[in-house]
Amino acid sequence: MEKNNMNKKKNINSHSILLLITVGLFILLYAAGYFMYGFGANAKGFEKLQNFLDIFRTNAALICIACGMTCVMLTGGIDISVGSLVAMDCMILSVGMENSGISPTLLVPFVLLIGIVFGAVQGYLIGYLGIQPFIVTMAGMFFARGMTAMICTDQVNITVDNWFKQVAGIKVYMPFELGAVVNKRGVKMVPYVNIPVIIALVVVVLVFLMLRYTRTGRSMYAVGGNQQSAALMGLNTKRTKMITYILSSFLCSIGGVLYCMNTMCGTTTQALGLEMKAISSAVIGGTLLTGGVGNVFGSFVGVLINGTINSLVSFNGELTRLGGTVPNVVSAFLLFVFIMLQAVFAKLRERKQ
Amino acid sequence: MKSVINWLKKVSKKPLFLPLVSVFLVLVINLVYDAIQGNYVFEFLKFELKEGALYGRIIDILNRGSEAAILAIGMTLVVSSSAGTDISVGSVMSLAGSLCCMLLAGFGVTHVRELGELQMPIFVGVIAGIAVAGLCGLFNGFLVAKMKIQPMVATLIFFTAGRAIGLLLTNNKMVYIHLEQFKVFGGKLWIFPTPTVIAAACILVMAIILKTTSLGMYVQSVGINPKASRIAGINSVAIILLCYVICGLFSGVAGIVATSRIYSADSNNIGLNLELDAILAVALGGNSLGGGRFNLAGSIIGAYTIQAITTTMYALGVAKAQAPVYKAIIVILIVVVQSPAVKAYFAHRKAQKEGGLAVAGRS
Repeated sequence: MEKNNMNKKKNINSHSILLLITVGLFILLYAAGYFMYGFGANAKGFEKLQNFLDIFRTNAALICIACGMTCVMLTGGIDISVGSLVAMDCMILSVGMENSGISPTLLVPFVLLIGIVFGAVQGYLIGYLGIQPFIVTMAGMFFARGMTAMICTDQVNITVDNWFKQVAGIKVYMPFELGAVVNKRGVKMVPYVNIPVIIALVVVVLVFLMLRYTRTGRSMYAVGGNQQSAALMGLNTKRTKMITYILSSFLCSIGGVLYCMNTMCGTTTQALGLEMKAISSAVIGGTLLTGGVGNVFGSFVGVLINGTINSLVSFNGELTRLGGTVPNVVSAFLLFVFIMLQAVFAKLRERKQ
Repeated sequence: MKSVINWLKKVSKKPLFLPLVSVFLVLVINLVYDAIQGNYVFEFLKFELKEGALYGRIIDILNRGSEAAILAIGMTLVVSSSAGTDISVGSVMSLAGSLCCMLLAGFGVTHVRELGELQMPIFVGVIAGIAVAGLCGLFNGFLVAKMKIQPMVATLIFFTAGRAIGLLLTNNKMVYIHLEQFKVFGGKLWIFPTPTVIAAACILVMAIILKTTSLGMYVQSVGINPKASRIAGINSVAIILLCYVICGLFSGVAGIVATSRIYSADSNNIGLNLELDAILAVALGGNSLGGGRFNLAGSIIGAYTIQAITTTMYALGVAKAQAPVYKAIIVILIVVVQSPAVKAYFAHRKAQKEGGLAVAGRS
């Protein structure tokens, strides 16, 4: 018994080491950027607090979606429908507001409801009918992307002035003018974030608390760790799975609203490949695809790492000239490094046991 | 009557039943559509010789479905041996095409119009393209077989990087090779469309390998239980590695075909979402995505079924961007019918019915 407990402790330790590595890598990456583009003579603005906050601003939707993806991956599944669902949400919002003149007060809850229904269908097929998550969510991906085109094939920009647009435009300044700089014209610039960032951060905290302290959250870990043991323990694994997919699609819909606030338009090619960004963020953050291991906070840092890579590449003139695909290569390489680290840790753990 | 039902029951348990039924359904939809439109009823099956090439809807399906069919061969082996999917095939296709065009045209050159402008013989470029795809497969295989990483995560690396590296190789531009000798891979060979011939050759090679060697049996046994197969003396690491290399090589071939079809290296679009089609083909072919037993013929029929669905939808006037909706519905219907829960439900119903009959007979 004693030995078992010790093993458990070691397990937890090696997992928190993965998280520590993620955080460490993020700090290292940011420090590298700081010394390359924010120091002394060749300062280009990377040192500014605003640049750090911009990473949050551009990735607010991805943070939300990565939280949902983490939950799904915890149960050992995968959800590749998220990118298309975001596109569909954006299209519904923009067409609804721009072409049909519907109030966002109705549209936003409608989009969130669509997310829940979408997740419920996927969750039922996966949890109760036992179909592979990959196939079901792939069909969901096709469906949502096709529906986007059915609603409208053109790009629709939101120009109507309503609370949706006003909320998207609100700047939330840092308290106590933290990190304020005076620009060349002598105007004081106070760093700011916008409402989507705050919503995304609230989502991270809520999902974190849910996974840690609620029955549903803990059953997600249990189902992912070992489905049979979870079932023998008396957990309703089917229902847990269904709830997970509902949660993922719901969070994805929130992400869709945030995405729309950032882009203020809807197109059929929007958010292409967002699912893979969410998955890679979760993997970088230490979530195992086999399920049972992971942390929302890790995925959050994973998103930040991806964002920092993009920011670094955009600061480097030569890399930018090579084209927009360089961040992909760099983030693929980082993904490789992380996967290797995970594999090495898994092997070490096996040897210890 | 009873013998017919019994025969149906027996047939429906055959592995190829589902894919063939899908093909049959698509055929019927086409026939009904043509009948309603007042066309020749067998328009779907009609083909003719036009300007020295075969022409017709069925030929179009066989032609357009080639890439998916070639990918499905490799994907079947990967799914069977490692119980996971290789999502990098589309990206690797694009990489193979880009490398081939880059080598032929030289770095930074966007147009090749004459044979003299080529930097090297065409076959060298083609082989290099296929070889680099094989290397990608080797890398994926190493991660999956040796490092024991989940296939989807391991192949996510090349899914992200493959297309991007291709774009770097072509200097972010489309590279055109306006040469008949290069267009031939995506054009026509005598009267047949070359992609179909290449797909047939790939299928034939794989079929011969599976028939003459015990690779197929090894792959299935590794897929069912890697540990037990290792104890039985099968080198499961080598088998999985081999499957990924084969999958990589076939994606290289598919990449060359796709590139030659549009005689240019279009890194952004070649093989886009084709990995999904390939995986779908494997699932439609009646193979479990959980590994183990596989049926190559099913996968290939599955690949052509997907193409038939797509072509039919275009013929029915569905816009290209909207087609995925119907595809999704069809996929869900097929997998729901196949799902264990639904099968168990029907078995239960049948048992109840028979039980009820037995009781009724006794009284």
